[in-house]
Amino acid sequence: MTHPVQTPPPAMPAPAIVARLSGLQHRYGAVAAADGVDLEIPAGCMVGFIGPDGVGKSTWLGLIAGARRIQQGRVEVLGGDMADRHHRHAVCPRIAYMPQGLGKNLYPTLSVFENIDFFGRLFGQSRAERAQRIDTLLAATGMSAFAERPANKLSGGMKQKLGLCCALIHDPDLLILDEPTTGVDPLSRRQFWELIARIRAERPGMSVLVATAYMEEAEQYDWLVAVDSGRVLATGSPAELRARTGTTTLEAAFLALLPESRRQGHHALDIPALTSGEVVIEARGLQMRFGDFVAVDDVSLQVRRGEIFGFLGSNGCGKSTTMKMLTGLLPPTRGEARLLGEVLDARNIDTRRRVGYMSQAFSLYGELPVRANLELHARLFDLSAADGAARIDELARRFDLLPVMDTKPDALPLGLRQRLQLAVAVLHRPDVLILDEPTSGVDPVARDAFWQLIIDLSRDEGVTIFITTHFMNEAQRCDRISLMHAGRILASDTPDALVAACGCSSLEDAFIHHLEAAGGGRQPPHQPTYQATHQAAHQPTPGPSATGVQPAATTRAPAFSLGRLLSFSAREAVELRRDPIRLTLAMLGSIVLMIVMGYGINMDIERLSYALLDRDQTQASQSYALRIAGSRYFAEQPPLASHGELDARMQAGTLTMAVEIPPGFGRDLARGTPTRISVWVDGSMPMRAELARAYVGGLHAQTLAEAATAATGNAPASAASIEVRYRYNPELRSLVSMVPLMIPLMLVFIPSMLTALGVVREKELGSILNVYTTPVTRLEFLLGKQLPYIGLSLLNFVLMFGLALTLFQVPFKGSLPTLLLGATLYVTATTGLGLLVSTMTSSQVAAIAGTAIGTLLPAIQFSGLMDPVSSLEGAGALIGAVYPTSHFFTISSGTFSKALGFADLGGSLLPLLLAIPVLNLASAALLQKQAR
Amino acid sequence: MARSTTLLRNTWTLGLKEFRSLGGDVAMMVLIVFMFTASIYADARARPETLQRASIAVVDEDASQLSTRIVAALHPPQFIDPELISLADIDKGLDAGRHTFVLDIPPNFQRDVLAGRSPALQLNVDATRQSQAQTGAGYIQNIVGEEIRDFVQRGRPAATPQVELVTRAMFNPNLSASWFTAIASIINNITMLGILLTGAALIREREHGTLEHLLVMPVTPLEIMLSKVWSMGVVVLVASAFSLQVVVKGLLGVSIAGSAVLFGLCSLLYLFAAASIGIFMGTVARSMPQFGLMSILVLLPLQILSGSMTPRESMPEIIQGLMSLAPTTHFVALAQSILFRGAGLDIVWPQLLMMIAIGAAFFMLALHRLRSTIGQMQS
Repeated sequence: MTHPVQTPPPAMPAPAIVARLSGLQHRYGAVAAADGVDLEIPAGCMVGFIGPDGVGKSTWLGLIAGARRIQQGRVEVLGGDMADRHHRHAVCPRIAYMPQGLGKNLYPTLSVFENIDFFGRLFGQSRAERAQRIDTLLAATGMSAFAERPANKLSGGMKQKLGLCCALIHDPDLLILDEPTTGVDPLSRRQFWELIARIRAERPGMSVLVATAYMEEAEQYDWLVAVDSGRVLATGSPAELRARTGTTTLEAAFLALLPESRRQGHHALDIPALTSGEVVIEARGLQMRFGDFVAVDDVSLQVRRGEIFGFLGSNGCGKSTTMKMLTGLLPPTRGEARLLGEVLDARNIDTRRRVGYMSQAFSLYGELPVRANLELHARLFDLSAADGAARIDELARRFDLLPVMDTKPDALPLGLRQRLQLAVAVLHRPDVLILDEPTSGVDPVARDAFWQLIIDLSRDEGVTIFITTHFMNEAQRCDRISLMHAGRILASDTPDALVAACGCSSLEDAFIHHLEAAGGGRQPPHQPTYQATHQAAHQPTPGPSATGVQPAATTRAPAFSLGRLLSFSAREAVELRRDPIRLTLAMLGSIVLMIVMGYGINMDIERLSYALLDRDQTQASQSYALRIAGSRYFAEQPPLASHGELDARMQAGTLTMAVEIPPGFGRDLARGTPTRISVWVDGSMPMRAELARAYVGGLHAQTLAEAATAATGNAPASAASIEVRYRYNPELRSLVSMVPLMIPLMLVFIPSMLTALGVVREKELGSILNVYTTPVTRLEFLLGKQLPYIGLSLLNFVLMFGLALTLFQVPFKGSLPTLLLGATLYVTATTGLGLLVSTMTSSQVAAIAGTAIGTLLPAIQFSGLMDPVSSLEGAGALIGAVYPTSHFFTISSGTFSKALGFADLGGSLLPLLLAIPVLNLASAALLQKQAR
Repeated sequence: MARSTTLLRNTWTLGLKEFRSLGGDVAMMVLIVFMFTASIYADARARPETLQRASIAVVDEDASQLSTRIVAALHPPQFIDPELISLADIDKGLDAGRHTFVLDIPPNFQRDVLAGRSPALQLNVDATRQSQAQTGAGYIQNIVGEEIRDFVQRGRPAATPQVELVTRAMFNPNLSASWFTAIASIINNITMLGILLTGAALIREREHGTLEHLLVMPVTPLEIMLSKVWSMGVVVLVASAFSLQVVVKGLLGVSIAGSAVLFGLCSLLYLFAAASIGIFMGTVARSMPQFGLMSILVLLPLQILSGSMTPRESMPEIIQGLMSLAPTTHFVALAQSILFRGAGLDIVWPQLLMMIAIGAAFFMLALHRLRSTIGQMQS
């Protein structure tokens, strides 16, 4: 032994059974994913789950991993009940779970190193320990050279290896892999299993559970569970299963195990000979460049009518890019693609009708039921209603989609989603089918059914088929195949000719032979094969040690860990740094807005438009009119001629006020007869109307007083006078009072929008699984996500504060530490508000809308920006009283204009302080720690 | 021509798809309903009718009959019943923002008034409370002045001034603020949803790869855009019509002067402009988080500076000029004309024309961006 093997803690005796399912029931609507399952899974070996798509394999694995909530029945893993939260928390450091889908739980903008490092931190490993572990893991997987590459720039095979590294960083006792090699090319797949074998050799106690669609892989496992319709069909070693069914291959054994109804129509495929037709697809010297990177170089090929043309190559070799050029989705940088002799033009709608395309990633509407997706495509492709319905019915039957017609694809397993995509691609009976890994993740029976369809289309209807696959038995069925590597075609011929040409025994060997000759084997050529390592599994072999580090000292995860919290913060900060546009929007955006709004919101209501209806036209009336015209509050418009015009212009909204001086005004004034001046104000904007009325009233009184003074020579004595002192802002400058309010406004909208997508985005993209299966608690996750945004918002605050002092020249009179404390509490609350919205919503769109409503309305209307909170009524008053913005308004304007300090503002700081735990605990309560 | 019927049919089909997608998002549906019902109701009911419930404190150093009359005259709804405080507490109350106004009645005030010495009262106003400071000070001056006059004349009828000023508020005689707030609130929600729903729907399609899929089908970017515009437009239009009829007219009892049909037509055209802006933003933003931030940066000025909160004519000219490029500004103007002043098409056509022009410009810009971003889409 080159390293000590971890001994299980005494509290949990080493079980011979790693997991036990009893009476397990799990349903999604009408579909049973587990229908009374009783199963004991032996420890310390490699266990395979085989079965058709959508029978419950993934659900079982998710339940065992603790990622899914148990509906009914009992799941015991590593000696405890997985329904028990404490047990889950205690054993999750000993379990590693790799979900279905390429790189599903990885963080796309983080590099390979950062991804693994993040998981290491979650399990409380020190920096030195992590560095050493990552080093050995990367060396073992042959990824050392790619440590700095972002995960989204990795090929599918490398993503899966990275996923495995992330799963293995904490030396799990139970490794759960859900279809780990689906969509991975044969070479990478071989390397992947070699890696697993080496790791098992070093950690013989580790149990590995794998769900797979590859029967040839399952052939190598120790123990198998055959699954169908949520039930166990059979268990045993591959040899036992073969013996029991009297078959020679596992694939045949599995078919024999299936009930009669499930294998209906399955028979060996028969491919009639191809009668050669005209050239349908032609590529001449295709090249595609993305910047400096040449994805596809000098690809030329010809495909004839009715031919099935296969495209093989490692992940990321340029197959998909070539296919996109052949569909017209991507215009080539150089060279040309022709369809039926015509150069492809992406804008040509008729071309699109003749081509059926299925992309590698699922690209249909996950939120629409299966039937709706099919109907949408039938309509868009112009199928008549009757024809469309018949066609949908036919395809649903053919692809076995009938039971899921009303289910949304989001809730379906990979295999069924792929079938739906296929059905959509062939729906409109295209002349040419371009299929990018159509059978990836589809079970063997359905794959054969699909190939039967392909063969029928090709041979009976003369449809030309261009297909990529990682299954060698499928490649064998093609009329011709091209081997592609690093953007170039290595060889192109019939499968048999290719095998013969390199003197190999199988197509897989021929493929790997070509790749390695082209330098595609990233690992040294003399790696032990999976078979060899597998047999040696129980005799530890020296060699690169993937896990040659002392196991973590503590096996029990602490209930709260600052380290885990900070690992989320660090990750979020890196992701933020990688998105400069978002950073710029957050910083620059708030400053631009502050300037625009600081100047724009103007409470100094002035320049109100008015017009005069002077029906007197004397000197007296003109001098009265001059008083109004001279006021800065009013801006005179062309005079009115009649009441009709007055009504019209008021209605058009071009006048805020109209003043009518009656006929005989000058005469009456001179005689001392009472007279009246009429004023109309536009009431559609009440605040403006109110002010206009007050202004004109003031002017009127002043004019009269002056006239009296002028007449009598002395001012009329008034009983008393009122001296009005405008405090804090004596000139009533809008800026001085507005800028301190702009800062709180910016600090509610932007921080909450920054965090608003934090949780919901992880839900939509899948990485939320890491919260389910690692020891991180809900609060650690939420607070960890929040921290970087609090930091960013404070930086934003400092910038805006500086701007207020310099550009706006707003004097700061109060206590800076108090304002800073207030700002810190405030942005903690507002970022917490964003997270709360994020945990409540299920789509990113709803999160954005929810945050916009949840901030704009209360902050602008109920927090005292326009009207003081004390003057509000009803729900608004209630919201205003508790909403953080109203309190920070008080703190901000108090410290800016009123020279206030900590003692004066305690009453506003306290509610902010209270808001933080309320918001965060509400988010934590709403966040699920398991999938349903 | 066949092309145009295809365009119509595809636009229709894709639009129906948008409805189904939206219908599946329960949280979003709840939000839309909330926005056009409870949110508008709360907003309209919360806002005071001009000066309302202003907080005032009085320092009564006189404690006379007159000073008591003055204190009693300051009462709801304009003012919260005044709090009597001591001279030393004036600054504290103002500083904490507890009082917006503090009236100081000096000692011997009544005696000096009766003796004709014309004493002075002091009114302290928190000028940072811009919306109340001026109007409130005016109210207090009037109320106090009247009380003193009454007191001095001891019930004798006041001499009417020779020139009387009669002011009338047109269209909204009681200057009820909830009218204004309710309509502004609807407009804000129309803007917000019009922009968010379409822009986010586009980004969602791109993030999920469905946009690329649409483009291998016989569907054009124009159809994709039009389908989002019409479907989301209908959602928002129906929601706002319901809100106007049931919440604003029914629950809030606001009487609408003009034609609701004309307003609906204008809303539809405005939605076309807002949705185009949303799609334009959707082509500029690379991801949903970027779009979220961008939408706040756009929505905020549209809400605050378009004239639905404070009068445009008082804003600096440069802001007025900038905001005249936003369709919201014109929509606010014509909505006020139609709904409050009963204006018809003959009056609001210039704004309508501007709105259409701006909307069309954004639509073309968005279409151009959509076509070119699709061309660059890779991997």
